[in-house]
Amino acid sequence: MSTSAWCRALVLLLAALPAAAQERRSGYDDAGPQVRAMQDDDMANPAFLWVQQGEVLWERRVGEAGKSCADCHGAVSEMRGVAARFPEFDAARGRVVTLEQRVNVCRTDFQGAPALAPESDALLGITALVGLQSRGMPVAVEVSGAAAEAVARGEAFFRLRQGQLNLSCAQCHDQLAGQSLAGSRIPQGHPNGYPIYRLEWQGMGSLHRRLRACLVGVRAEPLGRDDALLGDLELYLAARAAGLKVETPGVRP
Amino acid sequence: MAVKPLLSVPREVKAGVPFEVRILIQHPMETGFRRDAVGGVIARDIIHTFECSVDGEEVFAARLEPAIAAKPYLAFSARLERSGTMLLRWVDDHGVEAQERVDIRVV
Repeated sequence: MSTSAWCRALVLLLAALPAAAQERRSGYDDAGPQVRAMQDDDMANPAFLWVQQGEVLWERRVGEAGKSCADCHGAVSEMRGVAARFPEFDAARGRVVTLEQRVNVCRTDFQGAPALAPESDALLGITALVGLQSRGMPVAVEVSGAAAEAVARGEAFFRLRQGQLNLSCAQCHDQLAGQSLAGSRIPQGHPNGYPIYRLEWQGMGSLHRRLRACLVGVRAEPLGRDDALLGDLELYLAARAAGLKVETPGVRP
Repeated sequence: MAVKPLLSVPREVKAGVPFEVRILIQHPMETGFRRDAVGGVIARDIIHTFECSVDGEEVFAARLEPAIAAKPYLAFSARLERSGTMLLRWVDDHGVEAQERVDIRVV
């Protein structure tokens, strides 16, 4: 066979691959130029209003221990790489811990302060600030050992058809990604920009809030905040997005 | 907690050469057209007036309307002939007034 015939055969083979084997695309790539411009410019990205709050909270001493985040961790730049490997499987707890939950472990166990409310400006601010330190690094979560089972549970949930619409996450975000749902491009659904500023919310939200919106969208029962399955799903999504660059804090339509 | 705006103003400019001022303000910009869960109108709360002056001389002003999204973003050009203090000031429907000051040096 000639070289050009080989090339043609290769092209045909690639075209026949299922959508799941598509190149990973961040939601950023599927967003419109205006949204991308907002994320590209830290002065135009409203999420930086939360990052600023996070910077203040990082230094603030709280709780019975009277300790700030900085007292243990030092400058926030020391957190570079942390968000890229979250969520992580916590062997002592026997479950996956998300970045939000980990911040609250610090609050309750080490600072002696009450846990921050989910989706509060304070928690979003701290997670956005910590996530920002990993911006540009590839998502790289630990999926071996004890974490493997959690990833498998997360993937099973991802592929489970559920809700009144009887849809699985995979049907839209693997099989139909890149096509249109109403006027919008269906993204592959990678978690590499969270917490995000979402224009539809006119506000900031965690990955949990986004997953909740998806599950409610297919008329399924949303996962509770302390549901271990939420961590499993977040871990699977991060494993699925391995290698994509962290964009926190992202802007999405 | 009062959230400071994201403000981008050059600290040093050239005399007579236009420069860009950009500001993004944390504000809900509630339109006044939405209703709550029991059908009551949610009162309008927007930043209605924004002004920018340098040493008392107005360089930019805007009247904002309900169609402007939350966290309004304003960008405009200005030019200075001599150094001064830029004052950015805005007022919302609750009468809450906020301001930022920036010293700009003409070099």
